[in-house]
Amino acid sequence: MSNEIEAIKDPGLPAHVHRKADHDPVAARRAERQVAAMFMISALGTVLMIASFFIPDDVFVFVPVMGDQNAHQLGLGLGMAISLFFIGMGAIHWAKTLMPDQEVIAHRHEFRSPDSDRKEFVDTVKEGAAATGLGRRSLIKRTLGAAVGLSAISPLLLFRDLGPLPEDDLKKTSWKKGTYLVTDPGDRRIRASDLEVGAVAQVLPESDDPEHRKLNDIAKDAVLLIRLRPDEFNLDAERLSWTHEGIIAFSKICSHMGCAVALYEQTTKHLLCPCHQSTFDVTRAAKVIFGPAARPLPQLNITVDAEGYLVARDPFYEPIGPSFWGRISS
Amino acid sequence: MTTEHRLGQVANYVDERTGAAAWMKKNLQKVFPDHWSFLLGEVALYSFIILLLSGTYLTFWFDPSAREVIYEGSYEPLEGVQMSAAYASTLHISFEVRGGLLMRQIHHWAALIFMAAIVAHLMRVFFTGAFRKPREANWIIGIGLLTLGIVEGFLGYSLPDDLLSGTGIRIAEAIIQAIPVVGSYLSYFAFGGAFPGEAFIPRIYIVHVLLLPGAFLALITVHLMMVWYQKHTQYPGPGRTEKNVVGYPLMPVYMAKAGGFFFIVFGVTAFIAAVASINPIWLYGPYTPGQISAGSQPDWYMGWLDGLVRMAPPIETYFFGYTISWNILIPGLIVPGILFTGMALYPFIESWITGDKREHHLLDRPRNAPNRTALGAMSITFMIVALINGGNDLIATHFDLSINQIMWGTRVGIFVLPPLAFVITKRLCLSLQRADRELVLHGRETGRLLRLPSGEFVEVHEPISPEKAYLLTSHEQAPALELATEDARGVKRAGAIRNKIRSRMSVAHAEAVPKVSTEDLKEIESH
Repeated sequence: MSNEIEAIKDPGLPAHVHRKADHDPVAARRAERQVAAMFMISALGTVLMIASFFIPDDVFVFVPVMGDQNAHQLGLGLGMAISLFFIGMGAIHWAKTLMPDQEVIAHRHEFRSPDSDRKEFVDTVKEGAAATGLGRRSLIKRTLGAAVGLSAISPLLLFRDLGPLPEDDLKKTSWKKGTYLVTDPGDRRIRASDLEVGAVAQVLPESDDPEHRKLNDIAKDAVLLIRLRPDEFNLDAERLSWTHEGIIAFSKICSHMGCAVALYEQTTKHLLCPCHQSTFDVTRAAKVIFGPAARPLPQLNITVDAEGYLVARDPFYEPIGPSFWGRISS
Repeated sequence: MTTEHRLGQVANYVDERTGAAAWMKKNLQKVFPDHWSFLLGEVALYSFIILLLSGTYLTFWFDPSAREVIYEGSYEPLEGVQMSAAYASTLHISFEVRGGLLMRQIHHWAALIFMAAIVAHLMRVFFTGAFRKPREANWIIGIGLLTLGIVEGFLGYSLPDDLLSGTGIRIAEAIIQAIPVVGSYLSYFAFGGAFPGEAFIPRIYIVHVLLLPGAFLALITVHLMMVWYQKHTQYPGPGRTEKNVVGYPLMPVYMAKAGGFFFIVFGVTAFIAAVASINPIWLYGPYTPGQISAGSQPDWYMGWLDGLVRMAPPIETYFFGYTISWNILIPGLIVPGILFTGMALYPFIESWITGDKREHHLLDRPRNAPNRTALGAMSITFMIVALINGGNDLIATHFDLSINQIMWGTRVGIFVLPPLAFVITKRLCLSLQRADRELVLHGRETGRLLRLPSGEFVEVHEPISPEKAYLLTSHEQAPALELATEDARGVKRAGAIRNKIRSRMSVAHAEAVPKVSTEDLKEIESH
């Protein structure tokens, strides 16, 4: 279709319009002064930067909209910004007002080579390929392929010691039968009476060396303790028996992507993960009621020892944290 | 001794030692077309240089180590707190190194500008069809740079080991861990054991400062050399053809403009860094896996990914006792994989649809490629919906909305709005084509009303200039492919279904308002 109709003719490049500075020496002189002024402003910016370097870092200046600003930081930054920006402005103003502004035309050639060259090129490639005999000598071709492939894959082995194998590490935490729940921070054992109804606390398993807890351990051991009135629970008998006087314990590590599930809404008794907004209902054993998490937060079975301190009755019954391929396989 | 004379001597010196006179002359006179949208790629390039400079500065003080230290610096609220050396040294750069905070902020702002410029440049290239033959390879390199940029940015803001970035790493770890079969192994290899471990910070550091910048340098070099070799595309207009390049010579105009523009980009970045705080890590505190702050947000170029993860349905399946986390795999790996692969392959897909295998050096006006423009609008809409959900918590608190409503809104919106954007954009493009046609046929509305002797009011139209008329009609309107699905005897051919799909897409792609031809104009004149 487009070939049949006659298109409107190309009138060619519009005539060049000269700038004032091209023929008026006064205008050219003015443009030159403008460019020089911009370079001078840049130099002043550098002076500001150097001066600001020596401002003590406890001096503040009031800037409208922004409020009190640290004079040292602000001066350094603004000085640098001015010194750089006006070099650029000067150069561009120079190019626009004083350098030639007549557009020029360069010719473009199709990348495709003349057919004779292309044929020679293809013939050369073919001849070269034929000379190696790769097409006929399939034994060489196959063994070469195998050798190159193997030599590329096998160095992966050298990366083997980047880390240990997970084995069952992802399935274990430091919680054991009889481990005391201790406050974090503080590392104090907790009695049921320490926690008022409606309260929430982060706890960790008691450690021999609480000063030097490893982040790797906290990443699996962090537990959230929430106290409700026992009649507020909506749990089966087994899960209810894992609580103590309305105190229920969940892994704080989100079952979705491992963030700390830190937001507890007291009125609705919902736990919310701030990363992806998975919402868990505390009264129903952290059942997922909203968001992308697919599983409830694992519940820790707790009780008290003879002196009334909270302890774990068992380790977690399932791996905590995000899912992985072998999570529920033995 | 004038400057010219001295520069002449330099040229002489260079040539006597390299014999490059002919080559240099040709390239110094190389013509670059001028258009504001060609500056977007330049912004990306200059931001990259700023990133190299400011990043190198930061390495002089940054200690990429997860080693535990007790903070004893000048920031009082964290006095005596246990933290990693990485976090402590970032505090040191921020509070004790003079100019350190400025450079940190320049580095972070430059990274955001870098990514924004890449995305804007990508849109320019897409919507104007600059990716068409012979520039497909450069398009793919561009997609590679975008992808690397996202990874590089993520690693960069993860390095300070503050509470926010540690949370980001935790999420990345969960994505790795969710990969079927090998996920937990890959995670243990990457982290040198369990999360977070002590190996990760030094490892991502070397990737961030050596491996990826090296890859960037190599790819950017190839990207620019190809632009140089293939010559820049140009917008259509009078005097501009597929066979020429109209613009300014490299020496001196383009050199002065581009060099000046580098300083402007650097200056603006420094200005933003001077007045706008970014990533104030001292407020977040050191990373510990048991804590988090509300309103955790990634940088903007990761926000869409986070938004997809947030809106994913809570689906996990069990397959012979093995767990597959669709809620992580779909938004975290599968959808981004499809998006980026599709984007990389788009030049080939389009040329398959149109059957167009010719070289193109004149850009399209987006309205003249309605299908492509609509597809672009659809993709952007998808990303924006995802990005909105990535900030759903902040939107909820700022605008007093329920997070559940926003989540459901975007869950529905991600399916409904992109196709809607496609339809609307395509209609808009066709309407604009119609407006162009009207303009060429009947001229510009002057707003002057005339009362005819008969009492009738008419508006005076003024013919547009021949240049403008040419611009509005110079584009090509290729017909749709006609592919037979049956042979002469009505028997279905092999590949009939493929041909049918291709024909349909080709018809959709070729939809256009016929442009004005000389015959049309003659006909109008004869009235």
